[in-house]
Amino acid sequence: MTIINFTPISSVIGGLLIGLAVIIFFIGNGRIAGVSGITNNFLFSKINRLDNFLFLLGIILGPLLYRFFTGTTIPFVIDSSLILLVSAGLLVGVGTAIGGGCTSGHGVCGISRFSSRSIVATLLFMFAAIVTVYVKGMI
Amino acid sequence: MNRFCSLFSGLIFGLGLTISGMTNPEKVINFLNVARSWDPSLAFVMIGAILVSAPFFYLVKNKNKPLFAESFSWPTLKEIDSKLIIGSLLFGIGWGLIGLCPGPAIASISLIHHSSFTFILAMLAGFSLVRAYNLIN
Repeated sequence: MTIINFTPISSVIGGLLIGLAVIIFFIGNGRIAGVSGITNNFLFSKINRLDNFLFLLGIILGPLLYRFFTGTTIPFVIDSSLILLVSAGLLVGVGTAIGGGCTSGHGVCGISRFSSRSIVATLLFMFAAIVTVYVKGMI
Repeated sequence: MNRFCSLFSGLIFGLGLTISGMTNPEKVINFLNVARSWDPSLAFVMIGAILVSAPFFYLVKNKNKPLFAESFSWPTLKEIDSKLIIGSLLFGIGWGLIGLCPGPAIASISLIHHSSFTFILAMLAGFSLVRAYNLIN
């Protein structure tokens, strides 16, 4: 194993901001800032629809704000195989809907509340993702 | 005021995702690639976020009302059931295949990339499948 492209400082700063966003959403609206749940509710529930929309809009505008202030382009390098993109999207959609959360809802908010459900969920999706990357790398 | 709060929180969230590097699927894949060439950065995103929000959730426990809503919506599920386990494993496989999870996927809409749109449409289809299944049963 070799260490590559290590950016601990910008990653910690980004993490602190995500934590701050979680605090603002909870202290203001009383709700958990889990992106899969909010997107799901925005699609299928009339309750809090405008708030869910505005939160998602904010996330979409975040990268633009960054580009505006720094003038740098945001790297986005992705495997563009159609079959992989569709399978991955379906698995992420189905998985987070069944499992009740994703990296933000379980990984950040849940662990911060010391929820045993979220700790188990995070260990499992991290494990599955690491194994998937390992297996994909062998093919 | 809660409208402003939702938008502002989303903005900070999106900004955080961008600064941290999580919006780049290649960086996420390098983070997950622990056995080969590993980029540990994204562990620091989670540490940074939890460092701020864990003390907050502890302090807010005894408060009875948020600033702009009637009550706090604390998650109520406690049980570690097969849905949690299977769902999380499926999510992890999808995350590892491409390197996008829901937050960065939504943020990447503004980067206007066809692969990101394809992924998001499939993710929304996934939400819809579970929704339809739950309605039938």
